[in-house]
Amino acid sequence: MGVKNTGIENILGESVVLTRAESILNWARKWSLFQFPFVTACCGMEFMSVYGPHYDAARFGAEYPRFSPRQADLLFVVGTISHKQLPILKNVYDQMSDPKWVISFGACASSGGFYNNYATVQGIDTVIPVDVYIPGCPPRPEAIMDAIIKLQDKIQHEKYQSRKSYPDLGKNNKPGGENE
Amino acid sequence: MSKIVLDKVLRKFPDDIIDSHSYVGNETVIIKKEALLKVCSFLKDNRQLMIDMLVDLTCVDYPQETERFMMVYHFYSTENKYRIRIKAPVSEEEPFIDSLTSIWKNANWPEREVYDMYGVKFNDHPDLTRILMYEEFEGHPLRKDYPITKRQPIVGPLN
Ligand code: SF4
Repeated sequence: MGVKNTGIENILGESVVLTRAESILNWARKWSLFQFPFVTACCGMEFMSVYGPHYDAARFGAEYPRFSPRQADLLFVVGTISHKQLPILKNVYDQMSDPKWVISFGACASSGGFYNNYATVQGIDTVIPVDVYIPGCPPRPEAIMDAIIKLQDKIQHEKYQSRKSYPDLGKNNKPGGENE
Repeated sequence: MSKIVLDKVLRKFPDDIIDSHSYVGNETVIIKKEALLKVCSFLKDNRQLMIDMLVDLTCVDYPQETERFMMVYHFYSTENKYRIRIKAPVSEEEPFIDSLTSIWKNANWPEREVYDMYGVKFNDHPDLTRILMYEEFEGHPLRKDYPITKRQPIVGPLN
């Protein structure tokens, strides 16, 4: 009787959960963000406090640091990036296997911060694509957790095809580099 | 208190002194750069002064002066608590000064930093290469005439 009993539930009962492959894949990905901490400056202090027991990033499935980029999904760029450091950052990003995400942590990584001089990169997004920017100098732990939640949200709504359309920034800048 | 150091240096090397002053415990001697090694070994070897520490050495750029770079050395005696500052002007045309590494081993890295940032070269330095900037970097970024936002990226766009 009624709409309830006319659908597929009638056949399958309560024994089966229906979803889309994309959706369950994204769900699995968003709760197992293995992160690579690329920590270069003072923002690292705040990063440590978030990843300590007090704020407990484990609640978001993102607590486990991998110190090999090949095993990491999420690149945390924490702190000032100098031009001397930038090739290393790019190397690390290139070594990470897909799917990969980048969080730019703090004013320095996002825009160079107040270091507008000969040594400092004016935002890592000039060379690698960034998914979430966290403002602040340094950001508060709440802002960082907010960023992780936003990233999870982004991952959940990611389309399978959309990953392919990432701009390959900075690729043409060093022909014949070792990553080519 | 450190006046005694100042007096000793002034008395010992009258011909090499360009200027000196003493102000609220800030004893400074400005010497000719040729006399640097002489004065520093005197400070170190003098039994009465016992200057046993090179605290720091650095450089200042005064673009309007005829001798543009001023090398600054800070010494300290842990025994007597004496402090003394030695300065020596270096010109842009001849940016050479003797290295202190033969007397003070810890002068090695600060001298490389001064070379990196200002382009002052040190005679007889064991390894005079850039210490902070990368090898591809051209120019010396702390010189006052280096454009403040001029960047020389290895990868990535210019700005
Ligand atoms: S944003 Fe502020 S706290 Fe973070 S690295 Fe830059 S200067 Fe340090």
